Amino acid sequence: MARVVLKLGDDISTDIIYPGRFMATVLPSETPQYAFADYPEFNEKLKNREIPPGSVVVAGKNFGCGSSREQAASCLKGYDLIVVARNFARIFMQNAINLGLRLVVCPQIEAEEGDELEIRPDKVINKTSGQEFTVEPLPAARQAIIEAGGLIPYTRQRLLAMRGKKKKSRA
Amino acid sequence: MGMTMVEKILARATGQKSVKAGQVLEPEVSLAMSHENGALVINQFLEIFKDTGLKPKVWDPDKIALILDHRVPAESSKTATNQKKIREFVAAQKIKKFHDIRGDEGGICHQILPESGYVLPGKVVVGTDSHTTSHGALGAFSFGIGATEMASVWALGRVLNVEVPETIKVVATGKFSPYVLPKDFILFLIGKITAEGANFKVLEYHGPAIEKMSTSGRLTVCNMSVEAGATSGIVPPDKETLRYLKEEARVKGKVEVFGPDPGAEYWQVIEIEVSKIEPMVACPHTVDNVMPVRKVGRVKVDQIVIGSCTNGRLDDLAVAAKILKGKKIARGLRMLVFPASFRIYQQALQLGYLADLVKAGAVVMNPGCGCCLGVHQGALGDGEVALSTTNRNFKGRMGNPKAEVYLCSPAVAAASALTGYLTDPRKGGK
Ligand code: SF4
Repeated sequence: MARVVLKLGDDISTDIIYPGRFMATVLPSETPQYAFADYPEFNEKLKNREIPPGSVVVAGKNFGCGSSREQAASCLKGYDLIVVARNFARIFMQNAINLGLRLVVCPQIEAEEGDELEIRPDKVINKTSGQEFTVEPLPAARQAIIEAGGLIPYTRQRLLAMRGKKKKSRA
Repeated sequence: MGMTMVEKILARATGQKSVKAGQVLEPEVSLAMSHENGALVINQFLEIFKDTGLKPKVWDPDKIALILDHRVPAESSKTATNQKKIREFVAAQKIKKFHDIRGDEGGICHQILPESGYVLPGKVVVGTDSHTTSHGALGAFSFGIGATEMASVWALGRVLNVEVPETIKVVATGKFSPYVLPKDFILFLIGKITAEGANFKVLEYHGPAIEKMSTSGRLTVCNMSVEAGATSGIVPPDKETLRYLKEEARVKGKVEVFGPDPGAEYWQVIEIEVSKIEPMVACPHTVDNVMPVRKVGRVKVDQIVIGSCTNGRLDDLAVAAKILKGKKIARGLRMLVFPASFRIYQQALQLGYLADLVKAGAVVMNPGCGCCLGVHQGALGDGEVALSTTNRNFKGRMGNPKAEVYLCSPAVAAASALTGYLTDPRKGGK
């Protein structure tokens, strides 16, 4: 069971998730401190570890629109949040998958802060309201990356297959 | 069956006769661009090589471009250290398309790439910046990716798992009215289709109004295509593209150009009669909150910004200089000008535009992203209003979530600088 800890509207930009003024901070180990920095209350709760891993942020359409900054995905991944939104902007979605941040595309989702959700592969059940919402699969093109646990391990496999072979044949 | 522009480019980049929207491909990359976030790419790149026993080496140093532009000169020790890390990596990997903070060759990545002749029609370009869509202006398939994805490109020379996007054809007919610029056209389009109207799709621009548009204007249009959610904007290359490549980008040798097939299948076709477009403005806090300036009412402005990868080119500065020459900007107003590159800065210097702007009261800053993303210079105070030729007005974009940003063309910005209020340039700023 996962609890909704933040509810947001449509078009939540990467400037809201990770404000541009913190862009000099890049390492995934350091970005979480600025997650939702312009929502000071929520940011404090995250920093004080009052929000358990696996908690849910619910949003409307076009979550993560705007800049390609990967900090917007890595800062949420740092707290192991799950984002359930009606849909996502392209680059944010790819960054999230690449870094292993869990996204759920749920075009009709309705939930309030404090609601308990059960997230299944095909649907989200809002245990508090009793409603059920269909889940759309993530792009097929990204499945292999999800299965490999992110783009870094996936690329590593591919790299070894490409360059490793060359190396072996030389040895 | 015919292919769209991007389908054709992807077919070539994967060595296939034809591809179709929805297919998953791994296209070869012709140019891979990063800016200061190159520091994160380097980190992720080294991570990929960890425990592989392989030496971390980029696939092709000639196809990587690194441009320092977001926070130049560095605003903090952290940024300076990231920039230093990039310089060291560039030297170690022998990357030549590197533009440091220099008065002779620096500037914003999306201006440096086209003007240096790095972008060619029909190629696949990726960049760790969402406005990488800009380079579609030269007929490339150019799109933004994240830093980890770029690290993967540096290692493999291809982008993994690209889904061939659907394409929306935009046909722009008619003639622009005086004081109506390409910026007004793209704002109008975004207002019409919304900030997610082209999500995961490509906007392919056609029609007489595009054919007559300069490459600078096309760069503005493709730059902001991402604000409608588009993966990329693209203009089929034509005479103007070839002129730009030869005369301005100094590309030598033969450039191969091709357009979409006549029977290409589009997801949607949108027609726009440009003579009906007026000077537009995107109101806070979304880019699709677009209205004609005329209808917005009285808005007092505290800061005017002319510059960025959207509208910091020579023609943009010329429009502003023409309106402001021999006049003074209103009291109680700050006007900041950021040319998009040092080449433009030098040209504007020689042509007297910068002198006109400075004498009118503007502050001319060094080329770079400046205050566009609110991290470096020109932050706004609580409750202040900025009118800017940049491309985003999200809450907090100019460094303060308690401020407001309106987006407009350089003509609207300059006319408003004279009055201190949002002003329709057709009224001459009086
Ligand atoms: S000028 Fe602004 S939009 Fe353009 S690259 Fe720089 S920060 Fe991004």
